[in-house]
Amino acid sequence: MIGIEHYLVAAAALFVIGVFGIFLNRKNIIVILMSVELILLSANINLVAFSAYLGDLGGQIFSLFILTVAAAEAAIGLAILVCYHRNRGTIQVEDVNVLRG
Amino acid sequence: MGVPELAFYGFAVTMIAAALLVVVSRNPVHSVLWLILAFLSSAGLFILLGAEFLALLLAIVYVGAVAVLFLFVVMMLDVDFASLKANMSKYFPLAALIGVVLLMQLALAYGAWTSAPEARSLRDAPMPTAEGMHNTKALGMLLYDQYFLLFQTAGLILLVALIGAIVLTLRHREGIKRQDPMRQMARDPAKAMELKDVKPGQGLS
Repeated sequence: MIGIEHYLVAAAALFVIGVFGIFLNRKNIIVILMSVELILLSANINLVAFSAYLGDLGGQIFSLFILTVAAAEAAIGLAILVCYHRNRGTIQVEDVNVLRG
Repeated sequence: MGVPELAFYGFAVTMIAAALLVVVSRNPVHSVLWLILAFLSSAGLFILLGAEFLALLLAIVYVGAVAVLFLFVVMMLDVDFASLKANMSKYFPLAALIGVVLLMQLALAYGAWTSAPEARSLRDAPMPTAEGMHNTKALGMLLYDQYFLLFQTAGLILLVALIGAIVLTLRHREGIKRQDPMRQMARDPAKAMELKDVKPGQGLS
């Protein structure tokens, strides 16, 4: 069986790539949302790896809830994005500093 | 090296390469497609770990719903993505610095990490070993019993997200033709049309 460290290293690499993506694509909010999905996926991998190695199902249950929250977050984030694009005609993140309806 | 190791390294390397391509890809449509590959290979990792239900859920929820939603929005919004990516090289040094620092911190943490000897005895929900108790059934037994409140809350979160997304994006546009079912059903053939008996050679005057 593959050691748990391997899974942890893969999840850590995924997490770092997600954070890297947020800073690299500071103007493109769609890629920022995708990076957030990658970060949540790395958390899922950690939970499932520990669940498998300790023989505890709790980790998989919480991974299920992370999946739920990630789906809801993506739906709301993209809805806000569509709404914003309809009002302003652009999705530049740096323009989002005007509190006007 | 046996088959599990080969499969693990294949899935892990594919996942990390695909994740890297998600963030550096110039075209957001390609980003979404790489994201799908990353999700599928992590589903493979979950299968290797024995979490079959979560693996298939990942394939259905992430690939089938979330990634398709991303693809839909990327293609629906008419955005000049080239201009968004133009100064990506400006942010690269900062992003690389933060990534390297974070990676080193994680390496330090994992280097010093050891599993606690009593970790196994502190399990909250030990995995059942009974014959015929597969992963899905075990998860269901736990989810609908011990974590029932959290399960209902998750459903509520999804409901809020559903209604919120509809409220945010719904708009009533003026000046377009719409179907009105009540008006269609209330329509009376006797009033809507008139039969004329046309004489041969005369036509309708």
